[in-house]
Amino acid sequence: VCFIPGGLDCCISFVSHVLGKVCIHGRQNEILDILVPCLMDLTKSDCIWQRICWRLVECVPDRWMEAVVLGFVQRAPGADVLSRLLGNLVVKNKKAQFVVTQKMLLLQYGHTTAVLQNLVGYLSLDSLRRTLLLRVLQELLETWSSSSAVKHSPPEQQLYISKAILICLSHLKEPEIESCRQELLTSMMEGVKCHLDSSLPQLRRLGMVVAESISLKINTEGPVLKFEYEEDNETRELKSLLVQTPFCVVPSLPDDDRSEKAEAALPLVPDSNEKPHTAATVMPDEELDAELDSDDDLIPYDLSEDKELKIKAPVYIRDCIEVLTGSGSEDLDKWEATIKALESLVRKNPAAVREVSVELAKILLHLEEKTCIEGFVELRQRAQVAVLITDPIPVAKYLTSQFYSLNYSLCQRMDILDVLVLAAQELSCPKFHGKTRHSDGQKPCVQLLPGSDSSKDWRRIVDERIKNKTRRFAVAQSHVELASHPNEFNSVAGHFFFPLIQHFDRPLTTFDLLGEDHLVLGRLVHTLAVLMYLAVNTVAVTAMGKALLEFVWALRFHTDSYVRQGLLSCISSLLLSVPAERVLADMTEELLETQSWLGDVVEKDPDGDCRRLALQNLLLMENLKKKLEAVPS
Amino acid sequence: MALPPPDPQFVLRGTSAAVHTLYFSCGGPEPDIPLLFSGSENGLIHVWNLKTHRVDTALDGHGRKSVYCVETMSGKDRLLSQGRDQRICLWDLAEGRTSVTDSVFTEHVGFCRCSLLKVAQGRWLMAMAARSLEEVQILELPSKTSVCTLKPEVGAKLGMPMCLKLWQLNCGFQPVLLAGYEDGSVVLWNVSMGKVLSQLVCHQEPVMSLDFDSEKARGISGSSEKVLSIWSLNEQQNLQVYKTHKLVNAGISDITIRPDKKILATAGWDHRIRIFGWKKLKPLAVLDYHTGTVHCVSFSDHSNPQERLLAAGSKDQRISVWSIYAQT
Repeated sequence: VCFIPGGLDCCISFVSHVLGKVCIHGRQNEILDILVPCLMDLTKSDCIWQRICWRLVECVPDRWMEAVVLGFVQRAPGADVLSRLLGNLVVKNKKAQFVVTQKMLLLQYGHTTAVLQNLVGYLSLDSLRRTLLLRVLQELLETWSSSSAVKHSPPEQQLYISKAILICLSHLKEPEIESCRQELLTSMMEGVKCHLDSSLPQLRRLGMVVAESISLKINTEGPVLKFEYEEDNETRELKSLLVQTPFCVVPSLPDDDRSEKAEAALPLVPDSNEKPHTAATVMPDEELDAELDSDDDLIPYDLSEDKELKIKAPVYIRDCIEVLTGSGSEDLDKWEATIKALESLVRKNPAAVREVSVELAKILLHLEEKTCIEGFVELRQRAQVAVLITDPIPVAKYLTSQFYSLNYSLCQRMDILDVLVLAAQELSCPKFHGKTRHSDGQKPCVQLLPGSDSSKDWRRIVDERIKNKTRRFAVAQSHVELASHPNEFNSVAGHFFFPLIQHFDRPLTTFDLLGEDHLVLGRLVHTLAVLMYLAVNTVAVTAMGKALLEFVWALRFHTDSYVRQGLLSCISSLLLSVPAERVLADMTEELLETQSWLGDVVEKDPDGDCRRLALQNLLLMENLKKKLEAVPS
Repeated sequence: MALPPPDPQFVLRGTSAAVHTLYFSCGGPEPDIPLLFSGSENGLIHVWNLKTHRVDTALDGHGRKSVYCVETMSGKDRLLSQGRDQRICLWDLAEGRTSVTDSVFTEHVGFCRCSLLKVAQGRWLMAMAARSLEEVQILELPSKTSVCTLKPEVGAKLGMPMCLKLWQLNCGFQPVLLAGYEDGSVVLWNVSMGKVLSQLVCHQEPVMSLDFDSEKARGISGSSEKVLSIWSLNEQQNLQVYKTHKLVNAGISDITIRPDKKILATAGWDHRIRIFGWKKLKPLAVLDYHTGTVHCVSFSDHSNPQERLLAAGSKDQRISVWSIYAQT
């Protein structure tokens, strides 16, 4: 069949109109599901059909172009197919160009990775379109490296943009990389800075992966940027996007050498195992003789005293203090032994510790690792918690004052927060005599891993607690009734809580909570949430609640999503811990304002976790009201 | 009922510094005085009179740098000492003299003790760690000519040589060198050809000391971990692991087998000296006297077996001398 393209104008444009109209009415799926495979087959080898297809899409009126192009990009099974179907549409048609290069990449972020691959691949397949590819990459990098975008756009969008960048990078050829090497480098440096500044670990990882990939591309020889982070599915997927063609991994030489040596050593060992056996069986007589005349003469002495050498740790607290503050490299073995024994010593000698508690707390706060002990950070933290528990009020006073003092590192400040939380938890969850934690508590125990990002755990615990509260039936207690102990946190909750909340808005020269140190602010907010939660049934809880509500109100528009999540957990803890009557009696206006704020967050906050937490809080508030209405006054 | 371990026969005090090396010279006929040479961290070599238990002479030849190896060369009149001043000194001690006759500048900054082997009358071979990290040099003494340099192959990553032992099966046989390295392996070198005959990974940590029994073709090595490794040499000159023995505390500084090959002694970082039977490595005694790391142990070469002694030098600046299993 030979058509003259010119002669077919009218027919094709009619079809284009129909196609466009159908697509704009939302029937993309039906029509394109049939059309695309059909066209795919037809255009496979026949270039006249290709031209027809191109004409078809070119003639779609502009107002319907977006729907059509979107449909095609989503449905084409590969970049080459898309190339065959659309041809140079993006170059010829302004609207199509806008959709492909701007809208789908920068304004929308719901498309799958496959769609991204199609799109970028399509741009890279033709020399006319490659200029567009470079422009797309530049714009993506601009977005990626802009600090406001990193702070305010949802993590899902940032993931999408990162994927797009990686796919673009994988399509770039050497000369193109050469030409834009400088720009790549500048954007990488800026972008990595913004990403590492973020409080969310996912964003930090994204930044690291993309920066590593860019560095890999622009420095083909020489040292490459390498970050340390935990690999997970997301990072692996991102890294896989960077390679377009599969390559065979060359086994590294040192591995070979090592395996050879291991093999060489191995055959020796089985041989030697055999030899003594054969020797024993072949020559038993000779051996017996030899045994009789020489070895029996040598009578061993008493060997029972030969025991493992144990360095004795000091037994008195004051000795421990001496060792820990002692000069330099005197006796590192003793120092190590002291660190290991400190926690148990503190717990066993509360009276002695109370005399020197603040001094000990000071020493521990400033203690640095002298030798390489396993678990130094944990040992130190446990010792600090033990000291805080033994003498809560003075030590809490000391620690909270140090939190806001000059010249501490961020790590030390966050350490203070962790220690306060762990101690509060231990004080409020009564321990059995001799056991450390009860496993089947009625309250879900807060699992605090020192140093880890504990925001997830609060959420989980609060979720469970909410679930417990929203159900109405009583659960039969099949567990053994735990002996009840007084909540020791009661008397000291205020000492832990109020000093922390006091000075947050006063910046110091080295520490500005409201400024750059928003990571510490986030941790502080989460800490306050936990302290609030643990203060349930204490006397100070209402006062704490009011102070916390004011605190949250002041910070509610903070730009960092980690801080906002913390603030929302604060509200949850508040609603769970403060008795309902007190909440409604003392904090009515604030509650109403909070409710409207929460409603705002649910609708408009870019961060998914924030929205979820706000929704939970609204539910809690509802429950609270219902509960009070249900009780006859 | 096992007896409690014996006490030292006597203790030599007076070095005023940690003792790093000991060597007996008691084989001479009467009226020769039995002597014990000790090298200390303050650079002095003390010559102890074992009859009076006092220092006869103190030799100062290493510029106050620690002496970590002393050995006599055919009789007590010629002494070889190695110190941290990177020198090996040859002393002439005959007739009351105390002069350094010759010295070799090794340029070795480690702690590897040299090893001497008498190959002919008046001729010795000495193996020492050289300047370059993994190399061992063999020199002929007293001419100080280099016989060969034993260099491991590129990429072998053995690390520094930690301890050496030169030996030959009998006079006239080829001398071979056993070297323990930092990576925990023991290598058997053919000295004349300068080639590796066999290599065996005995330890995960550096080999601190080794000793070899050429009659049984079996050797023992100790390292900074808790394991003693006993290995044997078969007819094809291949090293094989024979046995391992686990210790209670980690760290061995020195191992020596008694000349009659019946017992061996180990010097431990846990301040204890351990005696084992050499045949089957049966633990025989744990001598717990010192209050610091025991750096060296040495058996005496008394011709009368009843008089045999064991000496141990420690960081606590004392030398304990024991008479143990002397009756067998």
